[in-house]
Amino acid sequence: MPAGAVIMEPGNSAERFTGDWRTFKPVINQDKCTRCLRCWVFCPEPAISIVDRQYTSSSGRAWKNSVEINYDYCKGCGICVEECEPKAIDFIEEVK
Amino acid sequence: MSGKPFFRTIFDVPHEEYFSPGHGLCAGCTAGTIAKLLLKVAGPNTIVVNATGCVEVSTTTYPYTSWNVPWLHVAFENTAAAASGVESAIIALKKKGIMDPSTKVNVIALAGDGGTYDIGLQALSGMLERGHRVMYVLYDNEAYMNTGIQRSGSTPEFAWTTTTPVGSQWKGKMQQKKPIAEIVSAHGTPYVATSNPNNFTDMMNKFKKGLETEGPSFVHVLQPCTTGWKFDPRYGIEISRLATETAMWINWENDHGEFRVTVTVPRRRHVRNYLRMQGRFSHLTEQEVNEIQDSVNKKVENINRLVGKTVIGPLVE
Amino acid sequence: METIAKSIWKRLPLSSNYAVAYAARDSDVDEIAAYPITPQTTVVEKLSEFIANGELLAEMVHVESEHSAMSASIGASAAGARAFTATSSQGLELMHELLHIASGMRLPIVMSVAARALSAPLSIWGDYSDVMNTRDTSWITIIASSAQEVYDSIVQAYRIAESVMLPVMVAYDGFMMSHTYEPVFVSEKAGLFRDYIPRKGRVVLDTKKPVTMGAVANPDWYYETKYQQVKAMSDAYGLSVEADQTFSKLYGRGYGLVEEYNVDNSELVILTYGGIFGTVKQAVDEMREQGIPVGAARVRLFRPFPLNELRSLLLKSKAVAVLDRSFSNGLPVSGPLAVELKSMMNSYNINVPVYSYIVGLGQRTVTEADISKIASQALSSKVSNESIYWGVRE
Ligand SMILES: Cc1ncc(C[n+]2csc(CCOP(=O)(O)OP(=O)(O)O)c2C)c(N)n1
Ligand code: SF4
Ligand code: SF4
Ligand code: SF4
Ligand SMILES: [Mg+2]
Repeated sequence: MPAGAVIMEPGNSAERFTGDWRTFKPVINQDKCTRCLRCWVFCPEPAISIVDRQYTSSSGRAWKNSVEINYDYCKGCGICVEECEPKAIDFIEEVK
Repeated sequence: MSGKPFFRTIFDVPHEEYFSPGHGLCAGCTAGTIAKLLLKVAGPNTIVVNATGCVEVSTTTYPYTSWNVPWLHVAFENTAAAASGVESAIIALKKKGIMDPSTKVNVIALAGDGGTYDIGLQALSGMLERGHRVMYVLYDNEAYMNTGIQRSGSTPEFAWTTTTPVGSQWKGKMQQKKPIAEIVSAHGTPYVATSNPNNFTDMMNKFKKGLETEGPSFVHVLQPCTTGWKFDPRYGIEISRLATETAMWINWENDHGEFRVTVTVPRRRHVRNYLRMQGRFSHLTEQEVNEIQDSVNKKVENINRLVGKTVIGPLVE
Repeated sequence: METIAKSIWKRLPLSSNYAVAYAARDSDVDEIAAYPITPQTTVVEKLSEFIANGELLAEMVHVESEHSAMSASIGASAAGARAFTATSSQGLELMHELLHIASGMRLPIVMSVAARALSAPLSIWGDYSDVMNTRDTSWITIIASSAQEVYDSIVQAYRIAESVMLPVMVAYDGFMMSHTYEPVFVSEKAGLFRDYIPRKGRVVLDTKKPVTMGAVANPDWYYETKYQQVKAMSDAYGLSVEADQTFSKLYGRGYGLVEEYNVDNSELVILTYGGIFGTVKQAVDEMREQGIPVGAARVRLFRPFPLNELRSLLLKSKAVAVLDRSFSNGLPVSGPLAVELKSMMNSYNINVPVYSYIVGLGQRTVTEADISKIASQALSSKVSNESIYWGVRE
C-alpha cells in the first residue's frame, strides 16, 4: 500500500461496476439511431462509447460507426433517453 | 482572443476519455458530464486540484480513482491556494532545470459552490490577485450537496434546502444568489465565463480559452443536481437547457475586458418552465414565481444594455 | 573543525529568524509560501531579499493567510518542489487542519516556528503554546536553542523529511531567539549541502505518471494509512539520529536528541526545551560553584519523543524538575513535557520524582535566580504533585 493513500493506477475506478444501480435500462435502437452523438456527449459516467462497428439501417443508410452503451457502468439515469432527439433509445424496466 | 470557436459541433468533441466510469456520483449527476468534457478539452498534460465536495468524494474512494490525469485533493476551502502551490512549483522546477522547461502543464482548480462562494472565497481571491496561471472551474449545484443539501451563498432565493426548509415562518432561502462571476471579474481576472453543460460546445470553448489564458481564468458552470434540486435524474440536461432558455442562467464571457453573451436567446421562456421541474421550488406561490420572473427581466434588461443590443430576447411563453 | 570552518563557512551575526532564512536558501528550496506574523516576519523578509537579489532561485507565493500558506506548500510539495514555510502562534493555529493533511499525505515540507503565546489575551511574546498544540499532528518536531542550531536543524530537517516522508517543524523561542543576534556559520559556497540533502525521486503529480493524491479512505483503509504514519514517525527517530551524526561528521556540528549538561553526580536535573536552556545552564554553573549538585538537560527532538536518550538521562537522575513554557489546562500536571515524560516513565517502570513547573508564559521573564529557587525547592522535595505556576500573581 503506497504511503499517504496515493492511488498509483489512473482511472482504475473502471474496475468497479456501477451497472447494478440501474432500475431502468436504456437500449439503443441502432436502426433509428442517427449517430448524432448527443447521448455520448452527455452521459455522465461515461458509459456510452463510439465503436468501430458498421451498420446498415433498414432504409439502407450505411454507418461506419455505432454508438453503444456499456451496461457494466450505465446507472440508468435516462439522460441519454431524454436527449436523444430521434427517440432511438428505449428505456425498459430492468428485470433482475 | 475572440475569433472562430474551437469546438463548433459535437463532431469536434475529442473521443479520448480521461475520466473513467465506476465512480459514485448519483445516477444522472451532471457533474460527471462536466468533469468528463473538461478533461477532453484539457487532455493529458493536466493537473487537477479538487476541493472537498461531491465530485471529490465520489471519484476518488481509495483504492479507486476515476482520474487519468494527476489529481490532488487537500481540503474544502483551499483549492485555489493548493493550485497556486502546484503552479508555483512547476515554475520553480522549470527555472531550476529540474523539470523540462518546454513542458506545458494545465493546472485546473475544480470546486463546488460551497468551496467557492463561501469558505473558499478568500483563497480564490488571493489566487486571482497574485495572478497564478490556473483555470478555476466552479461547478455550481447551488448548495452543499456532499453534506446533504445545505444552503450556500449560491443557493437561489426561495429554494428549499435542508437548512432553509419551508415552514410557517420560512419559505426556503430568503437571500439572493451571490454574483460570484462578477466578483471574480472585479479582480481584473483576464478570462471569466459562465456556461452550462447543455451548451457543451460553449462550455468546452470556454474551458479551452481559460486554459490558454496567461494568468488566472474562471469558468462558472451551472450543474443541475438531481438529488438536491429534486428532479428525475433524466432531466439534468433538460433543466440546464431551460436555465438558458428562461435566462435564469446566462452564458457570457469577459475576455480581457471584452464582454459577450455567447449563447443568445431570441425568444425567452417564462421562469415557470425552469422552476416547476424542480422539487426544491415546488412550494413557490404564483406570486413568488412572478417575483423571480421580475428579477430575471431586470437582469436581462441590464445585460442587453451592457451589450448594446438585444442578446436575450423578449418573454414569449 | 577549525579547518572546515575556514574553507566553507562564513561567520555572520544573525538572529534565529535570519538563520532560518539562510538555511532555507542553503537548502535550495524551490517554493516558499508564507504570511507575516510577529515574531516570524523577518524570516520571510530575508527570504524575499534573497529571491529579489538572485541569491535564491525559488518561487515566493505571497499568500493571503497561513491557511493558504500551508495549502500552497502542500500543493507545491505534491507537485515535487522542496517547499518551505514559516509561522508563529495564531498563524500556526490557522494552519492546524492542514498540518494533519501535510503529514497524512506524507509530504516532506519543512516549516520554522518562532514560538509565541496564543490569544486571548493577545500576546506577541514568546512561549511554546503554539508548538505544543501541534503535538498530535504527526509533524516531526525539533526545538532548537541557538541560532546556529536553528540553521543546522533546518538543513537536517530536509534530510529527515525527505527520507521518512513526514513534514518537519523546527521551533525556537519567539523574540528571545528570533530577534537576538548570535554568531552563526552559514555556508560560504552554493551547493554545500547538495549531497547531504540530495534531490530524490518520489511520487509526485506528474503528467507522465498520473497519480491521485488526497483520496477518500473509508473504514477499510483509513486505519492502515494512519498506521503507516505511526511507523514512519518511529523510523524518524533513527533517521534523526543519523541526520545529526552525518551532519556532525561532514560539517563539524552535532546536537544529539537530548542535550545534557553537568548531569553526572547530580541530585536534580532541570529538564526543558528551547532558548531558556541557556539561562538554565548558567544557573547550573552558579549552583555548582556553590556546591549544589544540579544538572540540566533539554529535549531537542520533541516528536518523535527521544525515548532512549531520556531513559539514559533518567538513569543518571535522582529527581527531575521539568520547565514547560506551555500548559494543557485541566490536568493536575499540565506541562506538556512533564506529562509526556511521566507517561513514558510509567511505560518503562522508571521511578524518579518529576516536578512540573510552568514558566515564561507570554514571555514572563525567567532569570537564573528563578531557576536556582526552583532547583532548591525541588531539592527540598517539598513540592506539590501538581504543576507549579512559577511566579504567578494570584
Ligand atoms: C473546513 C470544513 N468545513 C466543512 C466541511 C464539510 N463539507 C465537506 S463538503 C461540504 C459541502 C461542499 O459543498 P460544495 O462546495 O457546494 O460542493 P458539492 O458537494 O455541492 O459538490 C462541506 C460543508 C469540510 N470538509 N471542511
Ligand atoms: S442511462 Fe445514463 S448512465 Fe446509462 S447510458 Fe444513458 S446517460 Fe449513461
Ligand atoms: S442520441 Fe440517439 S440518435 Fe444520437 S447517437 Fe445517441 S442513440 Fe443515436
Ligand atoms: S448530490 Fe447532486 S451533485 Fe452530488 S453527486 Fe448527487 S447529483 Fe451530483
Ligand atoms: Mg454545491
